[in-house]
Amino acid sequence: MFCSCELILFLLLTGDGMNAYMAYKVSTQTSLTMFRSKTFTVRRRFSDFLGLYEKLSEKHSQNGYIVPPPPEKSILGMTKVKVGKEDPSSAEFVERRRAALESFAACIDNYLPRAVSTQALSGAGFLKMLNKATDAVSKMTIKMNEQDVWFDEKIQDVENEEQHMRKLHVMVESLVNHRKELSGNTAVFAKSVAMLGSSEDNTALSRALSQLAEVEDRIEQLHQEQASNDFFTFSELLADYIRLLGAVKGCFDQRMKAWQRWQDAENMLQKKREAEAKLLWANKPDKLQQAKDEIAEWEAKVTQYEREFERISATVRKEVIRFDKEKARDFKRQIVKYLESLLNSQQQLIKYWEAFLPEAKAIA
Amino acid sequence: ILIVDISDALSERDKVKFTVHTKSTLPNFKQNEFSVVRQHEEFIWLHDSFVENEEYAGYIIPPAPPKPDFDASREKLQKLGEGEGSMTKEEFTKMKQELEAEYLAIFKKTVAMHEVFLCRVAAHPVLRKDLNFHVFLEYNQDLSVRGKNKKEKLEDFFKNVVKSADGVLVAGVKDVDDFFEHEKTFLLEYHNRVKDSSAKSDRMIRSHKSTFLFFFIWCEWSKVFLFCSLINRFFLKVSELFEKTRKIEARVAADEDLKLADLLKYYLRESQAAKDLLYRRGRALVDYENANKALDKARAKNKDVLQAETTQQVCCQKFEKISESAKQELIDFKTRRVAAFRKNLVELAELELKHAKGNLQLLQSCLGVLKGDT
Repeated sequence: MFCSCELILFLLLTGDGMNAYMAYKVSTQTSLTMFRSKTFTVRRRFSDFLGLYEKLSEKHSQNGYIVPPPPEKSILGMTKVKVGKEDPSSAEFVERRRAALESFAACIDNYLPRAVSTQALSGAGFLKMLNKATDAVSKMTIKMNEQDVWFDEKIQDVENEEQHMRKLHVMVESLVNHRKELSGNTAVFAKSVAMLGSSEDNTALSRALSQLAEVEDRIEQLHQEQASNDFFTFSELLADYIRLLGAVKGCFDQRMKAWQRWQDAENMLQKKREAEAKLLWANKPDKLQQAKDEIAEWEAKVTQYEREFERISATVRKEVIRFDKEKARDFKRQIVKYLESLLNSQQQLIKYWEAFLPEAKAIA
Repeated sequence: ILIVDISDALSERDKVKFTVHTKSTLPNFKQNEFSVVRQHEEFIWLHDSFVENEEYAGYIIPPAPPKPDFDASREKLQKLGEGEGSMTKEEFTKMKQELEAEYLAIFKKTVAMHEVFLCRVAAHPVLRKDLNFHVFLEYNQDLSVRGKNKKEKLEDFFKNVVKSADGVLVAGVKDVDDFFEHEKTFLLEYHNRVKDSSAKSDRMIRSHKSTFLFFFIWCEWSKVFLFCSLINRFFLKVSELFEKTRKIEARVAADEDLKLADLLKYYLRESQAAKDLLYRRGRALVDYENANKALDKARAKNKDVLQAETTQQVCCQKFEKISESAKQELIDFKTRRVAAFRKNLVELAELELKHAKGNLQLLQSCLGVLKGDT
């Protein structure tokens, strides 16, 4: 049973001016029986993805499922693209968003085993929805009497992980910048060597120097590619995980909410029992039946909420364990891909220097 | 024979002491093999004595070695010491090792540059016979060459200003001799281009060094996953890999520095020395032409003709002597330059290949293990 999605930027700027939007072609291959065919393609826009998140969040996060959040809507980025600026950074923005949406779609496939509606979704107010969700999470200051030590430890682990991830994110951004700087300096150096070669009056040396300039130029290309590789692999991986960790925390918070509901119900039950006791004492038999009814009502609620809490706890526990496994597998995969690209670079380097060596030896 | 090398060097707080070792069969020396200790200022004294010697006006004076500069490296080490409390023991040790390696590399370079200067002098058919050079090599006491005081430094400054103004003047006069005219044009352009390339290679290599950041990033990664046993072994393997590739990357930057940056720096100085030679010849030519004019005037007035004739002959001889040796010097300069570039470029390419292959092998074996492990 599998379901995999591929995202291609399909139509750039349907409509004109500020009403334009980017559409994505979402191609899906699946073995799930609920779909009419094995492969299909639909057209979606960014707000559709946000709508999807909203629906899933509503439905599943209350039950302790981790719903991966989509990338943030960037007004500035979109405006630049809409205004049609021939800006390399807007091309980068478009690619970043496409990649982020693709991984969002992939995450949903990975993390949400239930069937998902891919029908056309509603449009407005998604950011508000998202903001509301995150607000709720941050205001969570419930102090819980943790019965289960496992949850305590896990929450601590998640906090630590998030700290490290954020630190890493900063370091990776700085690494990418350094590599871009190296690339720039190499290009400048290559040009300088070409000039030197042209003023050199020994023919063989002159040729060798211009060959060196070419080698350095190609190496500069390699650095550029490596920089964008660093970026897309690591930076995005990190950013994804930081967001996912946020969702995990949201999970734990939902569990706390459930616990709070249960506790509130217990308190209410207690109050009702005290009220009954008071009535017995004050000898008001007519109100007694109502009190007894209320007690029964709250006893039922307490039982219900307790069961819900235990159910959510079990789900969260299972989900976090699954999350850990998925995370480990994902990381390994990405790192292996990254190492393979490093390997490629080295092979290219060898090619360039091997071509240059005979030129250098030919100097006389 | 005369073989000179720097067999040892000691770095003290703010100076470096070089042990200059000589092996020679020349009769001028008391022994066949001997050593003395010299400091940078004494090398400069020797170089300046060549420049100021009129007899050597027709030779390219080997450029003086640059002053040993450990300030930047020392500052970094100091900062590291101050920041010791704020980082983990592992981070501190790693950074310290890197900075110490950097310090050592600078040290080795300054030794090499001082040695190259002495070897160039020893290889030159005329300069190797210089008396000051022999004193420098053999006299085992301090030469008492104190550094120039402020007054002398100011005099030097003005001398240079006058020279460059002169330089422009002299360069403007078109040379009758094609060879020298070509050399003048060539050297002016070449010198500027080498200067540009030298500066840019330095900048490129410096930014290469900064991509070692990656290693520290990797250390941070492993901390995140320490508790996750599923991925522990994986991370350990990759950490080992990055530790090794980082060392190789460091060597790549160091080799580029040595084979490319230093080569360009050296030829920047040598091309300047060649320009200085052309300038001196140009000056001699101007003096000769002025003496000719003076002689014509004297003959016309029929006054002090003998004196004018003598002056003119002296100028003529001086100019011709310089021209003759200058021609050979410039041809030798070309030969040396082409040979040095060839050697360094070949070595650079071979080293780059060696390191890239090393990296490749490490990556291949690591990937083999990682893929097999799942």
